[in-house]
Amino acid sequence: MTGLTIEGLHKTFFPGTPNEVKALQGIDLTLAPGEFVTVVGSNGAGKSTLLNSVAGVITPDRGRILLAGTDITRQTEVERARRIGRVLQNPLAGTAPNLTVAENLALAIARGRPRGLGWALTAARRRRFEEELAQLGLGLERRLDDRVGLLSGGQRQALSLLMATLQRPDILLLDEHTAALDPRAAAIVADLTNRWVRQLRLTTLMITHNLEQAIRLGDRLIMMHEGRILFTVSGPEKQQLTIDGLRNAFERVRGEGFNYDRAVLAN
Amino acid sequence: MNFVADFLLPVCQQGLVWGLVALGVWITFRVVNVPDLTVDGTLTTGAATAARLLTMGVHPVPATLAGFFTGAAGGVITGLIHTRLRVQPLLASIITMTGLYSVNLRIMGRSNIALFNLTTLVPDDDWAQLALFGVIAAAMILLLNLFFRTELGLAMRATGDNDAMVRMLGVSSDSMRLLAFTLSNGIVGLGGAFIAQYGGFADAQMGIGTIVASLAALITGETLFGASSVPRATVAAVLGSVVYRALYALALRAGFQASDLKLITAALVVVALSIPQIKKSLRMAEGGEAR
Repeated sequence: MTGLTIEGLHKTFFPGTPNEVKALQGIDLTLAPGEFVTVVGSNGAGKSTLLNSVAGVITPDRGRILLAGTDITRQTEVERARRIGRVLQNPLAGTAPNLTVAENLALAIARGRPRGLGWALTAARRRRFEEELAQLGLGLERRLDDRVGLLSGGQRQALSLLMATLQRPDILLLDEHTAALDPRAAAIVADLTNRWVRQLRLTTLMITHNLEQAIRLGDRLIMMHEGRILFTVSGPEKQQLTIDGLRNAFERVRGEGFNYDRAVLAN
Repeated sequence: MNFVADFLLPVCQQGLVWGLVALGVWITFRVVNVPDLTVDGTLTTGAATAARLLTMGVHPVPATLAGFFTGAAGGVITGLIHTRLRVQPLLASIITMTGLYSVNLRIMGRSNIALFNLTTLVPDDDWAQLALFGVIAAAMILLLNLFFRTELGLAMRATGDNDAMVRMLGVSSDSMRLLAFTLSNGIVGLGGAFIAQYGGFADAQMGIGTIVASLAALITGETLFGASSVPRATVAAVLGSVVYRALYALALRAGFQASDLKLITAALVVVALSIPQIKKSLRMAEGGEAR
């Protein structure tokens, strides 16, 4: 059984119109359980379309997606969300501003279970939240009853990450989740991401524009271009990769007139 | 004129019984953040149901509770039109409201039902009426506060706050809104059942203007008493309803005709809606930070 299997995924937006965009042109990708893969590529490469297809926000035209062995291709976003943790670029997207920190976490801890008339905030849960928040190192454990809208972007994104992983998901999807933060907050959230993914051994797919981050984090790096996976780097080769090396590799493969077969063979 | 008997008492009675309706409207308008005009229809539906059942000799308790369920059914219709057919909530509720007018006439069998000679839940004594409405409003506030502390209630509150996040956490925001429409219109229907017994009649026209009157009550309450938490917002909705009824009574005493009152209500809503904006401008003028 694999963590995530994507087979022959295709997606075209506005087909048959002048605005036609071939966002995904046959993506095959397999993540082992607990594997952490970073995705890089220029704008319009199809990175977000790939992640959104896994999340169920977008329905692919062709192809299959299997999550921990079960076919989720036809499941709705809400059905899949029970097993998928997501953090988006916008730090405001992952939390409810008018609810308190504890209430937001209470929503997240019930992921995957039907919501009934049990109390959302029990003393036991509050203690658990305090412990988890203390791990963030941001002092949020003392702000359990503050409205989330009062927190900074970095704090909200760290909270979003905690909410995405609180009920251990089958896969964690990160869509440039540090891109909108100031450098210090971005570093903190990136460190937290790495720590949790390793600690909980989460199967993780992370999009980033930050090449340094893409190289430093994760077991494997894939580069996308025009809806295809251009190349994959993992193991010792990835550890030795530099930002310049990555840029050159990208230019080289692209310069060869999109010869994907050769790009794949070269790896 | 006797201030207590002629002004304060009826104002408090009306404010409390209409406070139920304001609480119902609060659920859609504030909690899940969708405007719902269905209440103009479901208030009458609840009243018509209770009135018809009372004339058929049904005990007042089940007759009143039936108003909750028929009102809730109206909410289900709007909820389904909105969530399944993707019609905007405002339009979905106008459609339901329009259809309910005929349904309400069918329920009653005629355009109005008088309840003067029947035994109802509302006692004859003025103070007993006040006590009854006070207990019911307090019970509804308590129930809502308990509900919004459950996992389901919290998910409903989050839906109004960040719809996309709720879906990311595996909760169907559509189901939450459908439930909110149902609960809200159920409470409004229950309010209608009490209003009919209090006024002594049910009438096909009685629900017209419910949404605007409820918004006036809600916003008045929020402005005067705040709405920073669920307990505060629910209490403010009922108190706002009492204040609104007082303003209504004052307008009548000031010499306005009963037929002018819809205009006065509309003007009051505009004033109440503009207060947050005026406050903001004042803070800006003082050089303080805008919230």
